[in-house]
Amino acid sequence: MTAPAIELKGISKSFGPVQANKDISISVAPGTIHGIIGENGAGKSTLMSILYGFYKADKGEVWINGKHTEIPDSQAAIAAGIGMVFQHFKLVENFTVLENIILGAEDGPWLRPSLSKAAKILDELATEYELNVNPDALIEEIGVGMQQRVEILKALYRQADILILDEPTGVLTPPEADQLFRILYRLRDEGKTIILITHKLREIMDATDTVSVMRRGEMTATVKTADTSPEELAELMVGRKVLLQVDKVPASPGAKVLEIENLRVTDDQGVERVKGIDLTVRAGEILGIAGVAGNGQSELLEVLGGMRPGVGVIRLNGEPLPLTGPGSDGQSRRAAHIAHVPEDRQREGLIMEFYAWENVAFGYHRDQAYQKSKLLMDNTALRQDADEKIERFDVRPANSWLTAKNFSGGNQQKIVVAREIERNPDLLLIGQPTRGVDIGAIEFIHKQIVALRDAGKAVLLVSVELEEILSLSDRIAVMFDGRIMGERLPDATTEKELGLLMAGVSGEAA
Amino acid sequence: MDKMPHWADVVLIPLISLILAAILSALVILAIGEDPVAAVKMMVNGALGSTYGWGYTLYYATNFMFTGLAVSVAFHARMFNIGGEGQAMLGGLGVALVCLYIPWPHWTLALVFASLGAAVFGALWAAIPAWLQAKRGSHIVITTIMFNFIAAAVLNYVLVNLLRPARSMDPASAKFPDAVHLPTLHDLLAPFGIAFSKSAPANVTLLIALGACVLVWALIWRTRLGYEIRAYGHSETGALYAGISPTKIIMIAMLISGALAGMMAVNNVMGEAERLVLNATEGAGFIGIAVALMGRNHPFGVFLAAILFGFLYQGGAELALWTKIPRELIVVIQALVILFTGALDNMVRMPLEKLFLALRRRNA
Repeated sequence: MTAPAIELKGISKSFGPVQANKDISISVAPGTIHGIIGENGAGKSTLMSILYGFYKADKGEVWINGKHTEIPDSQAAIAAGIGMVFQHFKLVENFTVLENIILGAEDGPWLRPSLSKAAKILDELATEYELNVNPDALIEEIGVGMQQRVEILKALYRQADILILDEPTGVLTPPEADQLFRILYRLRDEGKTIILITHKLREIMDATDTVSVMRRGEMTATVKTADTSPEELAELMVGRKVLLQVDKVPASPGAKVLEIENLRVTDDQGVERVKGIDLTVRAGEILGIAGVAGNGQSELLEVLGGMRPGVGVIRLNGEPLPLTGPGSDGQSRRAAHIAHVPEDRQREGLIMEFYAWENVAFGYHRDQAYQKSKLLMDNTALRQDADEKIERFDVRPANSWLTAKNFSGGNQQKIVVAREIERNPDLLLIGQPTRGVDIGAIEFIHKQIVALRDAGKAVLLVSVELEEILSLSDRIAVMFDGRIMGERLPDATTEKELGLLMAGVSGEAA
Repeated sequence: MDKMPHWADVVLIPLISLILAAILSALVILAIGEDPVAAVKMMVNGALGSTYGWGYTLYYATNFMFTGLAVSVAFHARMFNIGGEGQAMLGGLGVALVCLYIPWPHWTLALVFASLGAAVFGALWAAIPAWLQAKRGSHIVITTIMFNFIAAAVLNYVLVNLLRPARSMDPASAKFPDAVHLPTLHDLLAPFGIAFSKSAPANVTLLIALGACVLVWALIWRTRLGYEIRAYGHSETGALYAGISPTKIIMIAMLISGALAGMMAVNNVMGEAERLVLNATEGAGFIGIAVALMGRNHPFGVFLAAILFGFLYQGGAELALWTKIPRELIVVIQALVILFTGALDNMVRMPLEKLFLALRRRNA
């Protein structure tokens, strides 16, 4: 038997009091796709960063192809044949594909020889692995799927035999993801070793040969993918049985709560991101907006939440809402009983340096209940309110004197969701409710959203996770390039159909 | 989990930085062939050894409290107000106009309105850069720096052409009337039977400065406005989400900041010089930046840092007066303190954080 492509022996790493990796051993056979799955903060990224030389392990050894290898920095990792494709691409937007590929691997001070050499190698790689890209295209002009290919090509150009992909499908449409996996199979069949880091159970089941599960810094299991099930993996990740399906009764939609007519929104650069859409959300229903990130969903939420001006008509319970000028800010929206769980809790929904008790009032801090006098805030009332919400929503650690940044992603999101849902709004806007949230908290947050719907409130859900859209929504609208491509009922559609709509293929044509 | 206890952050780090600055200063003094121990003794004696020394130390500290608070308030809204100097100059103009052109029956009334004049002039001078930042996106650091120069030029013009008494050669206003003379600490403490130097300039403005520290603390941590200022300062997108108007926060924070800087003039123009002279601020606006940095933008920290810099100013003046240590070297020492407490914060912080982590791990 050949030596394993990668063997980690007893890797441990701590950041201060937090032990991110505890005595991790793993062996990856060459020519396989090996999945690493685990919740946020389970230590997957730390482990890969050690392998790629970003961090130094406190203890343990790295063996590459049967040789003990020291990896003090990423140069050493590249020399050892390891390539990494990051979740957030590291490409220069205004460089061409070719220029990006040689960046950092130039042969000398003059670019032309390197460029022509790279062009030739790129051509060979393209035929060998069916990785076609236009070498002269600018990065900013090609799609996300293509950009990811460039990242893979960058690694291959540096002669990587081991490819690590960190959450590679986060930004892809389902067809793009399928394409990526076809490329990965091809690479594996040519003898490359691939490590796939993801939190999506389905990808693991579909794409990998073996899978390792991490929980709280420890490797809890390594199994053959064929011998396991999503339920078993979820249980291994969380440490208890998890309900993967959302439990809900059929919706009974009532009166129209939110009506949107011909809404247009431009972003900060003056680019039109929402190009005239019409939507209706009724009381007691969840309307899910599916779409790949960056197709105007964020701007839609921002306009509704009072963070950005728009053009068009929005009515709430029949009353028009101002879209520009006075009465169009977040305070007015809250006064109109619109609650908003923003897409980015760290930059928008929370002030990371504020204590939990300060965050529990954020946005509602002008409420009479939180004032002691005309000028002074009633901090005692804030803290009491926070303690109650922390208990009801099971936020851990249950300490309102911690700043928001000291909570895990899931618990941060619980604070935001508690704040917004407990206002009992007529309309809840909720963007990426479970991004970066652990499975246990996902279950809880989904239940809260469904409970609000069952209480007869309207919910507008935006998510890039198709699974989440399918399991939560009562009706699905697909957004592409600022337009609504079509509306579907979750029972009467398939992921494939939605995927095509998300990619801009019109429903009628498909 | 926080990396180290709060007290270490606010007490230990500034203290260690200060000690390092002192050691380096001692080496510099040694290098030019003077005795550092004698120099320290002279500084302490000169600044704290007599009520005369204390009078000067507290006088300078009063200036620095106002300018330090000014920088802090703006900084909580993430505005770096470098314009304290110009705002204090304009504050001086406000004080002078109030004192010269209105006949005051008693100093108490004059003090109230002079403070108001100083605050309004300082705030207005800060309002223009604030408006440019809020509406046009002009960077506040650049505009406030430029407004320092404009303030100096405006004051020059006003003093030479408008306020200078006829036949005077001095670019300064007329002396304020006796009625607006502010009581010094000597006058204030005499009824309590405490003897205080008659010639030291510390005056009743010190009490206003202390009051300002308390008010700023309440503003930042107890009021709704303070909550919104801090929220905006930490996250602009967060403020937008919560419906907090950035324009409003920038304007209000800068107006308060400018008003505080302007009020420094009550101390130096009304309380000490009793007339408006050129360059009355003597760089106190800039020292305010260091004071705010060292005081971690907390009013109590600003209070302590202001006293420290008051001590350095007065002690430094004594050194220059009585030793061969040149005036420039005093500036070097002050610069070292600023460097260590402000700019080199991380140099002390990182090893200390590691130390606390090691201790915690051993205890765990």
